[in-house]
Amino acid sequence: MERRALIYEFTRAFFRERGFHEIETPIRVPAVAPEAQIVPFESENWFLSTSPELYMKRLLAAGYDRLFQISRCFRKGERGRWHNQEFTMLEWYQTGGDYLQMVQDTAELVLTIASKLGIGSIINYRSQRIDLALPWPKTTVRNAFLCAAGWDPITRPDPLRFDIDLVTKVIPSFAPDRPTVLLDYPAAMASLARLKPNEPTVSERAEIFIGGLELANAYSELRDAQEQERRFQTEIEQIEREQHHKIAMPWRFLQAVAHLPSCSGIALGMDRLVMLLCNADSIDEVVTFTMDTA
Amino acid sequence: MDIGDVRKGSKLLINGIPYNVDEAEFMKPGKGRAIYRLKLRNLLDDSTLDITHHSGEKVEEAHVSNYEMQYLYNDGEHYVFMNTETFEQYLFDKEKIGDKKHFLKEGTLVTVPMMGEKPLGISLPTFVELEVRESATTTKADTITAQTKAAVLETGYTIGVPTFVKEGDIIKIDTRTGTYVERVSTKK
Repeated sequence: MERRALIYEFTRAFFRERGFHEIETPIRVPAVAPEAQIVPFESENWFLSTSPELYMKRLLAAGYDRLFQISRCFRKGERGRWHNQEFTMLEWYQTGGDYLQMVQDTAELVLTIASKLGIGSIINYRSQRIDLALPWPKTTVRNAFLCAAGWDPITRPDPLRFDIDLVTKVIPSFAPDRPTVLLDYPAAMASLARLKPNEPTVSERAEIFIGGLELANAYSELRDAQEQERRFQTEIEQIEREQHHKIAMPWRFLQAVAHLPSCSGIALGMDRLVMLLCNADSIDEVVTFTMDTA
Repeated sequence: MDIGDVRKGSKLLINGIPYNVDEAEFMKPGKGRAIYRLKLRNLLDDSTLDITHHSGEKVEEAHVSNYEMQYLYNDGEHYVFMNTETFEQYLFDKEKIGDKKHFLKEGTLVTVPMMGEKPLGISLPTFVELEVRESATTTKADTITAQTKAAVLETGYTIGVPTFVKEGDIIKIDTRTGTYVERVSTKK
C-alpha cells in the first residue's frame, strides 16, 4: 500500500513537471462510450464510468491542452487475476503528439517511477527479469499475428479469432524480458483512434504489454465526428443484438469531437503498474478490498 | 452454465467425462472479448486438459455430489467402502486407491465424489491417526545426534518420526504430505 501511494506521488510529479493539469470528471454519467465488450454498471438510468475518456476529450475541445486524471472505472463481468470490476485508470491527453508519443511518454513515466522507487530499469516480475530500458520494442499487429498465429488480421478481419489468438498465441510470443508495444490495430478495432492517413485499413492505436500484462492503450485521437458516430452506432447495434438492450449515444461527446484539436491520449491500468512494480501475482495483492472481500 | 460462472473447483462435463476445474484464468486484452483459459483434471483417470472459451459460451456442468464413506477392508485387488447413510458398498480397484492405501485402516472415513451412481475416487481426511507397529529403540548415543528415525505404521507405511516415539504409540499424520504431525497417545 505504501508503494502504491508512492507510485501515485511520483506519477503526479511527473505530469506536473511536464505542464499537465490534474482534473476530476464525473464517475456517474448519462452515457458511456458504446463498446460491445465493455458492459457498464447501471445507476438508475445513468451509468458508472468505464473510462474518463469522453469527458477528458470534451475538455480538450474546450481549449485545455494538457490533462491527466487518475480515476476509478467500473466494468461489469471483469474479474480474474488481473481484473477487478472496479479498478483505477491513469489517463492523459495532450494537443498535438500522436500514439507513438504517448508510448514514449509511458516508457519515460514507468522508468522515472521505477528509478524513484530505487528499483532501477530492471524489474523482477514473477521470477522474470524484465529490462525496461528505452527504446521499448515495437511490432505491428500484422507482423505479430503473422509470426505467432499465421494469419493477417488486417487483410482478413476476424474479431473472434483475433481475441483468442491474441491471448493464446500472440502475447505468449512476446519476449518475456522486455516490454512489447503492439502497433497499428485493424481499422475495425480502432475504437476512438483515427485511421492511419495513408493506410486506412489500420488505425493509430497502440497497446503496451509488460510481463504478460496489458498495461496501456494509446490513440492518435479521432476528430471526425461522423466517423465516431458511425463506429458507436455499429457497437450499439451489436449490443442490442447480443445483449438485448438499448444503449445511449453520447451526443454531448460527439458534439465536442467536431471541435477537437489534433491530439493524442492514453489509458494506463494503474493497478497493473503497481502489480509490476511490487511483483504482485494478482490484482488482489495491490487493492485494499476487491469485489469479493468488500 | 455460462462460462463466466465457472470457477476453480467447478465440475464440468465434456464428451461425457467429468472434469474438475483446477485453474481458471480470465483474460480480456484491449477491449476485446473475454477469454477464459481453463486447466481441467479428468476425474476418472486424473489426466489433464487445457481448454479455451470466449465469453458468452456455455459449458455443461457435471453434477457431482460428495458422500461420506467408511473403509471396511480390502481383498488385495479391491478396496471396499460403505456409504455411512445408505450402507451401500462400493468397490475401488487398488490402482484407483494408489498411495492412499497407506492411510486407510478399518473405519477410516473418506469423502467420495460421485457422478450419479459412479464413484470418482476417494478423498482422504487431512489427518489420520495410526499406531506405530515397529520402531527401533534408540540408545542414548542416537538421541544426541539423530532427530528422526524410521517407524512402520499399522498400515505397513514407513514414516520418519521423532526419536521419542515408540511402538504402540498413536501418531497423527498429514495425508497431504505423508508426514508426522504429532503424537496423540503413548502406550503405557
